[in-house]
Amino acid sequence: MSAWITGLGVVAPNGLGAAEYWDATLRGEHGISRIDRFDPSGYPAVLAGQVSGFDSAAHLPKRLLPQTDLSTRFALAGAQWALEDAGMDPAAAPEFGTGVITSNALGGFEFTHREFRKLWSQGPEFVSVYESFAWFYAVNTGQISIRHGMRGPGRVLVGEQAGGLDALGHARRALRTGTAAVVTGGVDSALDPWGWVSHLAGGRISTATSPDEAYRPFDPAARGHVPGEGGAILILEDAVAAADRGATSYGELAGYAATFDPKPGSDRPPALRRAVELALADAGVGPDSVDVVFADAAGAPLLDEIEAQAIRSVFGPRGVPVTAPKSLTGRLHAGGGPLDVATALLAIRDGVVPPTGHTTTTDPAYELDLVFGSPRRAELRTALVLARGKHGFNSATVVRGPHD
Amino acid sequence: MSGPTMDDLRRILRDCAGDAEADLAADIGDTPFEELGYDSLALIETAARIKQEWGVTIPDELVAELRTPREVLDVVRDTAVGSA
Repeated sequence: MSAWITGLGVVAPNGLGAAEYWDATLRGEHGISRIDRFDPSGYPAVLAGQVSGFDSAAHLPKRLLPQTDLSTRFALAGAQWALEDAGMDPAAAPEFGTGVITSNALGGFEFTHREFRKLWSQGPEFVSVYESFAWFYAVNTGQISIRHGMRGPGRVLVGEQAGGLDALGHARRALRTGTAAVVTGGVDSALDPWGWVSHLAGGRISTATSPDEAYRPFDPAARGHVPGEGGAILILEDAVAAADRGATSYGELAGYAATFDPKPGSDRPPALRRAVELALADAGVGPDSVDVVFADAAGAPLLDEIEAQAIRSVFGPRGVPVTAPKSLTGRLHAGGGPLDVATALLAIRDGVVPPTGHTTTTDPAYELDLVFGSPRRAELRTALVLARGKHGFNSATVVRGPHD
Repeated sequence: MSGPTMDDLRRILRDCAGDAEADLAADIGDTPFEELGYDSLALIETAARIKQEWGVTIPDELVAELRTPREVLDVVRDTAVGSA
């Protein structure tokens, strides 16, 4: 059983739609700016990767507007674009033959913030009935399923910044049990004041005020990351079913693995390396077959070193090109991994590694061949995509291009 | 007291549950909510707004049985009279 990726739906701070996002990424255009949804001047950090120019009413039926958080609107638009890209009409498929498995780490923060304000200022009777599900991690899966009548496997994975890759892994599992296609991936958004203090409480947010200096993974000047919003929704499809309907494939989800770090203070090593090895084994390839690594790129010295160590221990010092285009969007939580997978597939298609934005030099001790400054031409066939979530999540996927 | 009119109901539906699939400006009095694209949650939300604006409480078990906009207005009128 092969799992093909046949559709991409991208909602990113530096571009709406896969084509616009990819062009911006290759040009090194970032989507990081001072928060404009509220006045952030009273907070220690002020920069975020904000999706701009997204007109909800243009992308969603009006009926859905009063019941959806911004993050769910991103998910619904992304799913629509991915289905269109795949040329797939779910209504034509058997009712239980297709499913939806997405990831979400934050829930509907902005919606909930608004309803909670009504709760304490006006009373419980003023809280929208839609709050009952609009806040919920599983709401994106549910809304996509309802809108498109996709009633097969319906699940949600929550794994902080790693969960988006876990959703892809579980989507592949659903294909193995007979589901023809799964809408998968993930998005997140929490750039209202309440969401913002939640980001800040995580303790890894850059307090820089210049977008060029805020998020520079693997740079000796790294000082945390910028939170962003958005992500990517993908169509994962059984290769036979996809070929039968004449679909075009961006590539194959060839390997997936997830591990969990030992508890703090343990003398056992971090588990990222193990996730890489398991994902490569799952894909049936060795390190020599990997042409590029899309790094998790925490942007904090200790975490960057842990990732660099995992990469060089598997691939050797400067043994494989590494990149982190997410430095142009900020870290997107559940959306980060799926967006990196989409980026890897476009990189394979066009034979070019997009650069790591804003990083101007790497710490030599990392011994990484980091692509930064400008894109690098390369014949690409196989990419490794890494994602880590706070408190110990590690996930890795291997994607392979459709050539041959 | 004067209860909500059909126009009030149109405004509330649009405001709390989004624009209908059908034309709300038409004569919708006897059009089933299902045809208008409104589900049970939309009606619960509508009942909450009616209580906020007119102080009339429609019992939950009655909300679940309301099928058309005219039934909503009738229930509000009957409930208001009954509690007066």
